Amino acid sequence: MAAKRLETVKHIIIVLSGKGGVGKSSVSTQLALSLYNSSPTVRVGILDVDLTGPSIPRMFGVDNHAVHQSSDGWVPVYADGAQARLACMSVGFLLKNKGDSVVWRGPKKNGMIRQFLSDVRWGELDYLVIDTPPGTSDEHLSLLEHMAPLHSRLSSVIVTTPQAVALMDAMKCLSFTRAVNLPVLGLIENMSGYVCPCCGEISNVFSTGGGQEMARREELRFLGNLPVDTELVSLLDASDVGGGAEKSADAFPLLARYQATTSCKLFAEIATSIVGSLAVA
Amino acid sequence: MDVPTNAPEHCPGTESEQAGKADACAGCDNQQVCASGQTKLPDPNLPFITQRMSTVKRKILVLSGKGGVGKSTFTAQLAWAFAADDQLQTGIMDVDICGPSIPTILGIASEQVHSSSSGWSPVYVQDNLGVMSVGFMLPSSHDAIMWRGPKKNGLISQFLKDVDWGDLDYLLVDTPPGTSDEHLSIVQYLKESGIDGAILITTPQEVALQDVRREIDFCRKVGIRIIGLVENMSGFVCPSCKTESQIFKPSTGGGKKLAQDTGIELLGSIPLDPRIGKSADYGVSFIDEYPDSPASIAYLDIIDRIKVILGDQ
Repeated sequence: MAAKRLETVKHIIIVLSGKGGVGKSSVSTQLALSLYNSSPTVRVGILDVDLTGPSIPRMFGVDNHAVHQSSDGWVPVYADGAQARLACMSVGFLLKNKGDSVVWRGPKKNGMIRQFLSDVRWGELDYLVIDTPPGTSDEHLSLLEHMAPLHSRLSSVIVTTPQAVALMDAMKCLSFTRAVNLPVLGLIENMSGYVCPCCGEISNVFSTGGGQEMARREELRFLGNLPVDTELVSLLDASDVGGGAEKSADAFPLLARYQATTSCKLFAEIATSIVGSLAVA
Repeated sequence: MDVPTNAPEHCPGTESEQAGKADACAGCDNQQVCASGQTKLPDPNLPFITQRMSTVKRKILVLSGKGGVGKSTFTAQLAWAFAADDQLQTGIMDVDICGPSIPTILGIASEQVHSSSSGWSPVYVQDNLGVMSVGFMLPSSHDAIMWRGPKKNGLISQFLKDVDWGDLDYLLVDTPPGTSDEHLSIVQYLKESGIDGAILITTPQEVALQDVRREIDFCRKVGIRIIGLVENMSGFVCPSCKTESQIFKPSTGGGKKLAQDTGIELLGSIPLDPRIGKSADYGVSFIDEYPDSPASIAYLDIIDRIKVILGDQ
């Protein structure tokens, strides 16, 4: 079922990290936005399989949207409004109340993921970015199981922060990709350094360089490091990205505001090298 | 509802009245076991867990919906602080099976678990601080544990029943992010023994608070008392110009507002200090290394408050 539904998707990129809170969702969001921005006709989807802690709706500023049912399956929420080139799906859209907890054991999570893959009307997509929860457990195994027939289109990106504790989990994550034979496009080091807004001094809040070192040792492509960008943190954390009255023809204010951040430029390079390695593969 | 991983599509759940009798059960490998009624009986491990836990005075969970907010670091600091008193025995149980950080943070990553006639013995950081984590059982720290729920639950029940914890004043349980198998299991297994409360950890951004609201909802659903909320990584003091800035801005009022809205006590806020992360990587106690830093003072105030709330001071 999943294989049939996703036949119209060209590339599926799974964003992984062993550890929580290293910025998987923010990297997934940035990846989706950068890919979206790469061409005026490209179509991107983002699927949030972090079932007990979905962050994607908040980050795209589509917190209060709901998913609609059509005769052809669930209609995803389009973050760019009428253009309908950026489709999002998350369990967050299915909750009655934002504060409701989703307390599910493995088999129920597995069922939900199967539905996400087989019942969502993604349509033609150039890229489907999948944001995952921390760890290497039910969600990850289910994803790969259901998408096994599409194996040639699957690839992954690993996100880490520079601390030893995070790198250790990133290594576990890499062992996981090797065990399930999932190609890794590269490693991103997030939160490497913080620029003091007052004096411009760069502090290595979570140390630095560990990601690059790990990439070298494990012969992975190092996609780049992203410093802590408070502008980006605030942008993805605020639900009202419209900024009030300025509802002009520009129906996708999040993208415009993202383009103004320094992270956008850094990430554009990362996205380019991801697209490049997908073209080769 | 309890549904095994190899169950057919419409499995009614092993504890349901329909178990083994529903149409969907035809052809299922577990049909006979379900139909015999055995699956409806309470978990046979429960009496053993209750017995083992009878020598543990206080059981405290450290929770947070979101990952990377500092659960393990806080657990370790709290344990070190309890263990500073020679008279107290403290234990840490790390139930983050897929990403165990506790051994590294406590500086005992290369240790192994030994078993004796009275069970698995915890790894001791010092005489009165014992630790159990899946991290001690892996051949290499690079190995991934790719387990689905039931296997994780099995290990958690072993941690509770087969580990020779001895007499403990405090057992701190460090959990993985989310509200799933590990959390449900620990609550179920400890139901009879009683959980003294949960400490919730958050960071100031809304994305983290959203997950903590879900965790609060979880605690209320399963009936766990919430001891309080700790806001971590709130504010960053530049080591060069000493100006404080907010890396993770409390765009919706942070932990303080959340505490007010939900009627939960905010135990305190810990500023982001790069030396905390470094201490964790090196496996040393931040409070002991930098006792005068603002973060250490915040930690100690929170720990004192927790003792007061528990009635231990």
